[in-house]
Amino acid sequence: MNVLIVAEQAQGRLRKATLHAVTAGREVARRTGGCVHLALLGKGVAQLGEELAEYGADVHVADAPVLEHPLAEAHAPVVADLAKALQATFVGAAATAFGKDLLPRVAARLDAGMATEVLSFGGDGRNVTFRRPMWAGNVLAEVEIATAVKVFTVRPTEFASAAKEGKGAVSSVAVSVDAAALKTRYAGFKVVKSERPELTEARVVVAGGRGTKGDFTPVEALADLLGAAIGASRAAVDAGWVPNDWQVGQTGKVVAPELYVAAGISGAIQHLAGMKGSKVIVAVNKDPEAPVFQLADYGLVGDLFKVLPELAAKVKASR
Amino acid sequence: MALKILVAAKRVEDPESKIRVKPDGSGIVTEGVNYKLNPFDEIAVEEALRLKEKHGGEVVVVSIGGDRCVTEIRAALAMGADRGVLVGHEGPLDPVVVSAVLAEVFAQEKPDLVLLGKQSIDDDQNQAGQYLAERLVLPQATFASKTESLESEAEQKKEPGLVLGGGGKTLTVVREVDGGVETLEVTLPAVVTTDLRLNKPRFASLPGIMKAKKKAVRQVSAASLGVDLASKVVVKMLAEPPSRKGGVKVSNVEELWSKLHDEAKVL
Repeated sequence: MNVLIVAEQAQGRLRKATLHAVTAGREVARRTGGCVHLALLGKGVAQLGEELAEYGADVHVADAPVLEHPLAEAHAPVVADLAKALQATFVGAAATAFGKDLLPRVAARLDAGMATEVLSFGGDGRNVTFRRPMWAGNVLAEVEIATAVKVFTVRPTEFASAAKEGKGAVSSVAVSVDAAALKTRYAGFKVVKSERPELTEARVVVAGGRGTKGDFTPVEALADLLGAAIGASRAAVDAGWVPNDWQVGQTGKVVAPELYVAAGISGAIQHLAGMKGSKVIVAVNKDPEAPVFQLADYGLVGDLFKVLPELAAKVKASR
Repeated sequence: MALKILVAAKRVEDPESKIRVKPDGSGIVTEGVNYKLNPFDEIAVEEALRLKEKHGGEVVVVSIGGDRCVTEIRAALAMGADRGVLVGHEGPLDPVVVSAVLAEVFAQEKPDLVLLGKQSIDDDQNQAGQYLAERLVLPQATFASKTESLESEAEQKKEPGLVLGGGGKTLTVVREVDGGVETLEVTLPAVVTTDLRLNKPRFASLPGIMKAKKKAVRQVSAASLGVDLASKVVVKMLAEPPSRKGGVKVSNVEELWSKLHDEAKVL
């Protein structure tokens, strides 16, 4: 049974999350004895298509001005038609903002049920099952999709980044979406640029919460020293101290770095859901009763404004 | 330009409740669990009210489920919504079924805008709005948010984050996406799903609660809508995730460094 994975690109580059979705696609293909196909949509993405083909799957490139921006209304018909042409039983993507926005619309066009943010698969053939989090990750559900076509998005951190393997064929997909008939218009994008690694890809994450009282300098200093990404609790983001993009949590970003340092974060259930997959968790908080200590491998009751700089000094001294 | 807005109001487990899985994995333990309006839907109700307060119109709240869902409808009515629709249905609901039901309600009510929370905090599927938009062949704008912080003056003044324009024919929506903030303009009618930072929902006032008791709630059975109510996403088994044991408390940075460097070897 064929698997179609929808790739994601932005500013002429493939998003890393796609490579994790490719691994997921390969696993489903293994369980069903089918092939993985990749769909790449955009404008001026032919070169990217060639790059994507180095992951061993056939790449279907839909290159058209109407696909320049990630409008679900324009993308969904292209993906759905391609899925039908390839007789894809499974259609998947990474559970990024793009994937979550687009795939349900694709599913509707294919009369398909969909599982969002899959962590792992079970079963094989027609009986492939999908394991996904419910109730903010407090429950793991194994679900079956009862429709002929099954759509899914995967949590990128649960699948390895695919390695290159051979060259797949690259073909062009004709795009017949009428731009004039679209009811959605792209009206702008404000990039939140960062020199730091992407939160969901970083080996180390240093995160700050209410305890920073709006001053993220110790968090940033430690992160810069460690080449880490910076995360934040919902409280810090809601207060406008840091960009929305930094929020770690069930409805923000789910991360699973090797080291997660939670500074001044009490540990609300929703935040913990976003970082409890980390290999090592360190918590620094003035309150010895903070729930985050129940999850942390190493907890230090103290003032982050003293602890983080001291830790940074230790790191510097060790180099 | 008056707007008729249809808002979804799902009854979900209180996010503060401890969710436990039954020993046989067939469901969650419901005893002792409190229920409330899905927090994302509450934000949708709030946004609908702000749009009505600014432009005039009507806010209709719809919930799907058992009789007790009328509580969540009344909560939205108490905030200021005008009337409710309760679609009676016992049993599991998945986004395919929810969107099929909402499409029928849409056909009956003919709103200018459908607002839903981006996801319900029980199944966290984040699909119903998008699925509905495609069923109705309408544009969608998901994860609607705004750039002003929830502490800003505009927020205190209860300004809607969704901006009506084009003589009442378009809606400008700011969306939280990866790597930044995207602005979309959709023509009405449209489906918009709400994200956390779109607004801070108001508390119902006592007069609001009293008025809510007299507002109309139309009841209709899901079966009477003529849609396929069989679940397409079927939960076979539930389990609790492997619990993470807490570790140790260290007394100073020296000790912390030693643990991270020598023991865990992550630094």
